[in-house]
Amino acid sequence: MIGSIERIYALVMRHIYIWRSSIMRLVDSIYWPAVQMVMWGFMTQYLLPQASFVAQAAGVLLSGLLLWEVVVRGNLSLSIAFLEEMWSRNLGHLFVSPIRSWEMATGIIIAALLRTLLGLIPVSLMAWAFFGYNIYSLGLPLVAFFAILQMFSWSIGLAMSGMIMRVGQSAESFAWAAVFILMPVSGVYYPVTVLPHWLQVIAWGLPPAYVFEGMRSILADKTVHWDMLAIAFGLSVVYLVVGFQIFQWFFRASRRAGTLLGQGE
Amino acid sequence: MPNSPAINVRHLRKMYGEIVAVDDLTFTVPRGTVLGLLGGNGAGKTTTIAMLLGLLEPTSGQIEVLGVDMLKRRYAALPRMNFSSPYVDLPHRLTVRQNLLFYGRLYGVKQVNRRIEEIAERMQISEFLGRPAGKLSAGQKTRVALAKALINRPDVLLLDEPTASLDPDTADWVRSYLKEYQGETHATILLASHNMSEVERLCDDVILLQSGRVFERGSPRELIERFGREDMEEVFLDMARGRGRGLEVLKKGQAAS
Repeated sequence: MIGSIERIYALVMRHIYIWRSSIMRLVDSIYWPAVQMVMWGFMTQYLLPQASFVAQAAGVLLSGLLLWEVVVRGNLSLSIAFLEEMWSRNLGHLFVSPIRSWEMATGIIIAALLRTLLGLIPVSLMAWAFFGYNIYSLGLPLVAFFAILQMFSWSIGLAMSGMIMRVGQSAESFAWAAVFILMPVSGVYYPVTVLPHWLQVIAWGLPPAYVFEGMRSILADKTVHWDMLAIAFGLSVVYLVVGFQIFQWFFRASRRAGTLLGQGE
Repeated sequence: MPNSPAINVRHLRKMYGEIVAVDDLTFTVPRGTVLGLLGGNGAGKTTTIAMLLGLLEPTSGQIEVLGVDMLKRRYAALPRMNFSSPYVDLPHRLTVRQNLLFYGRLYGVKQVNRRIEEIAERMQISEFLGRPAGKLSAGQKTRVALAKALINRPDVLLLDEPTASLDPDTADWVRSYLKEYQGETHATILLASHNMSEVERLCDDVILLQSGRVFERGSPRELIERFGREDMEEVFLDMARGRGRGLEVLKKGQAAS
């Protein structure tokens, strides 16, 4: 167990070394969420006197944005942490070292979590400073929202990383785009009931829908639906396990196909 | 199993679709010896090394390293092995020290900072420990890669063309160091190389590979005598061009198959 902790620590530190040497690698984690936050902040100010829904649940758009960024940044941070190994043509050395795939997954998950926090905490504080919106007023459920969305984003990141490992960097664009296909059915800015019935069925199979419904419920009538959060948490755990299994499956397929030695930019 | 061979390969086969990359390869490497794996491009050297390391899954066959079944329990042997290849880089943006720290920790090296200082001094890389690995010259990169490969004092070291693209002076330095290291530690080394003088100088035993099969095996001296040649360069050319003893072996092989 100590060996595992040391190897995971090594992997996390490897990413911290990169951030320390190239701060620009962290800038995009703040830049895009900040741009979006400014846009939706002004949109909220514009809609406040005009739309009763926005007026009743002040901050619904900014909360939606910031929580959706938890999904986007979680997936991107994890994929980038894995792609760093491919870009530096280091997979060969890594996979002949004693690090196991679950240790590797844990290491890049921790690195991704740190990167997401480093990006989103400043942006949430900017939303507070510029638009007077404090997402931390969501209270304890915010921790649950964050945990659920992070686990879900990691599951996608792990599956995408596995695919890139097997197929090569030609599949890299999937890593960036994968989560966006889920955005329309996640109810980020509108209730799931707006969707046609068949899309609602899909939406309720995804943890983000529960989170965004839960968020609106807190903002509109101060009600926390813990039962829905429990379902979302359970679903996220299932997705995370499935994501890791997909990563493992692609790893085994890469070992059979011999693609681990030659990957790189 | 201290008396078992360091590497024991039985009927190893790797196919990519219809293409046979390694075909029924069987060999052992006694502990504390240096085995050279020679062959032309595409002979199966890198494929064999990748299978020994667990990077590539064989189609069939068995591999044991240090008495451990690599197909079932490779994590039991990997901490005692290491590998270097000019075709697999170290993270460019990390400094040399950070790279060595990273791999030292992955291999569970005790007192890793002390080990880094020690190996840096031996490999003459102390002065650029703080430099990013991507900004080193080819010779410096090779020495750093070798330092990474030796960070855990491996019992089994696999080297894929360790002196490829190096100038003669640096290549000579690497060979001298490997000879010295092997003499001190009695590590087992498997060396894939295209450099015949390197093989003559370092290897106790040589396997000549052709089309994924063992073509001939023996010490460099034995092979030179058997082929009636002056050096390993000529032995290699006989195999590659199918002439002299090379032609005889080829015919025997064809008759047997």
